[in-house]
Amino acid sequence: MVIAVNDLMQLHRPASTPPTSHPVVMEAVGLSVSYGAFRAVRDVDLAIRRREITALIGPSGCGKSTVLRCFNRMNDLVESARVEGRLTYHGIDVYGPDADAGEVRRRIGMVFQKPNPFPKSIYENVAFGARVNGRRSKAELDELVERSLRGAALWDEVKHRLRASALSLSGGQQQRLCIARAIAIEPEVLLMDEPCSALDPVATAYIEDLMHDIKERYAIVVVTHNMQQAARVSDRTAFFTTEVADHGDRRTGVLVEFGRTADVFSKPADERTERYITGRFG
Amino acid sequence: MTAPVSLVGTVGIGRRIRDAAFRGLLYAAVGVALGTLLVLLVDTVNQGRPKIGMDLYRNFPSARPARAGIQSAIYGSLWVVGLTAVMSLPLGVGTAVYLEEYARRDRWYTRLIELNIQNLAAVPSIVYGILGLAFIARGPLGWGPTIRTASLTLTLVVLPTVIISSREALRAVPPSLRQGAVALGATTWQTVWRQVLPGAAPGISTGSILAVSRALGESAPLLLLGGLAFISFNPPAGPAALESPYTVLPIQVFQYATDARQEFHVIAAATIVVLLAMLLLLNGAAIAIRNRYQRKW
Ligand SMILES: Nc1ncnc2c1ncn2[C@@H]1O[C@H](COP(=O)(O)OP(=O)(O)OP(=O)(O)O)[C@@H](O)[C@H]1O
Ligand SMILES: [Mg+2]
Repeated sequence: MVIAVNDLMQLHRPASTPPTSHPVVMEAVGLSVSYGAFRAVRDVDLAIRRREITALIGPSGCGKSTVLRCFNRMNDLVESARVEGRLTYHGIDVYGPDADAGEVRRRIGMVFQKPNPFPKSIYENVAFGARVNGRRSKAELDELVERSLRGAALWDEVKHRLRASALSLSGGQQQRLCIARAIAIEPEVLLMDEPCSALDPVATAYIEDLMHDIKERYAIVVVTHNMQQAARVSDRTAFFTTEVADHGDRRTGVLVEFGRTADVFSKPADERTERYITGRFG
Repeated sequence: MTAPVSLVGTVGIGRRIRDAAFRGLLYAAVGVALGTLLVLLVDTVNQGRPKIGMDLYRNFPSARPARAGIQSAIYGSLWVVGLTAVMSLPLGVGTAVYLEEYARRDRWYTRLIELNIQNLAAVPSIVYGILGLAFIARGPLGWGPTIRTASLTLTLVVLPTVIISSREALRAVPPSLRQGAVALGATTWQTVWRQVLPGAAPGISTGSILAVSRALGESAPLLLLGGLAFISFNPPAGPAALESPYTVLPIQVFQYATDARQEFHVIAAATIVVLLAMLLLLNGAAIAIRNRYQRKW
């Protein structure tokens, strides 16, 4: 077990450990989410920092996706979902009366587990965000599309077929297209829900490198089931698990531990974290 | 020692017989349906053959079999069905979009609307005819026996079907597409207009064409609404057509087929062939659209 954790720390890039803490962009305080009467996750305290990658890990059903969807109010689409507690973006309440869900999502982009390009051309996929958020000239759009595709390390592969259908791309390329699409609206935060789970190891490595390259410009939150990935790419790790609720028989997700990835993986404060991490590696 | 590998099925013989019997039954059901259709078709074409030709188109309805044709009925049908499509499509698709993309499913009034639409789809068209007679031809609107009366009534007939098939087409658009658009800051309307509707368009047009083609064959409500058999002129081109008296193909069939004289039965058969040809054309268009735009998500 000890060996496993040591191996793990070698995977971790020392360079990505921030010397000092970066400013907090988003903060959750006592965040709880219920679907109808079922409380899926409760009392989450998290701080998302600029230029850092925050990994959310934990067993299936512990509410990682649920928490992630709160950050850009995608839970609004789920009729039964109810959010309690406080979630702020630069100190502004994301669920407050003055916050517009569309504006929230323009500042907090999202990449989904399964690549979901629109059944349109590569160009139109990247330009979509700009088109729905106000008119731009053709030249501006061209420039935006190129910049975003370069940002997602996809430009060289698609520059000669921008008008081809996005569905003609491979899965890994589609996922990078979705990243390009997300960064084209120039968000400050990028949410990624298991962005590599539908990809092969090579495509996964591509995305991980990409995350590492772009984190200078964004605050990234990534959900992952892959411990190596969390260890490799993230600066901070939040470990969730489920516990039996006081009443009822369903399990509610709780945040067990949140700290620097190096600490969480090498000297976890909670034994549940240690058991999960070592179990995943052992 | 390892056991010899075998791929011989282990399913009991009884189950296999039952499986084969069930399959036979299904083929028989399909056969009966197709067979009946074929016999009817061949019989009608045979019966109407002497009359199928340009004279049928050139002549107007008449009480004299030698001079009887169906020109005004063809144009009447085109007008009535065309207007029905123009009215029922925006209404039906709009309702479907509201119910699928906007309405909160947990509200009692949403469920009430849904239940009502399901029920309306099953209401016999003659009931709509009575409704149209009371409220559109006479009563509040008082439009009389005109094309617009017929179209509005038929719109009510096909609307539930247009709504239901459009909803199905909208539901076939994967939620991940909506999420992708919404996550980029698109409003519900932008998401629907730019992603969902284009994705659902083939399904919506297929379903709507099939629904509207039902209006082409409807005769019951129009008989009530004063569609006249012997119309010796075409509806005027332009908006004036809305207020014109009319006849349509099914009414013409009804008129000719119920006449005692044998010659008229031949014309009735020929008219049925024309009506069937138009229906096949519409359904063919629906199939073509479906195949052309079949999507892989
Ligand atoms: N739309 C929904 N409606 C009702 N319950 C939901 C909904 N989405 C999630 N849940 C429930 O909330 C709990 C947390 O789900 P969530 O998807 O956030 O877990 P997760 O940690 O992302 O799991 P996984 O690792 O499998 O993706 C689960 O019990 C799940 O069944
Ligand atoms: Mg999840």
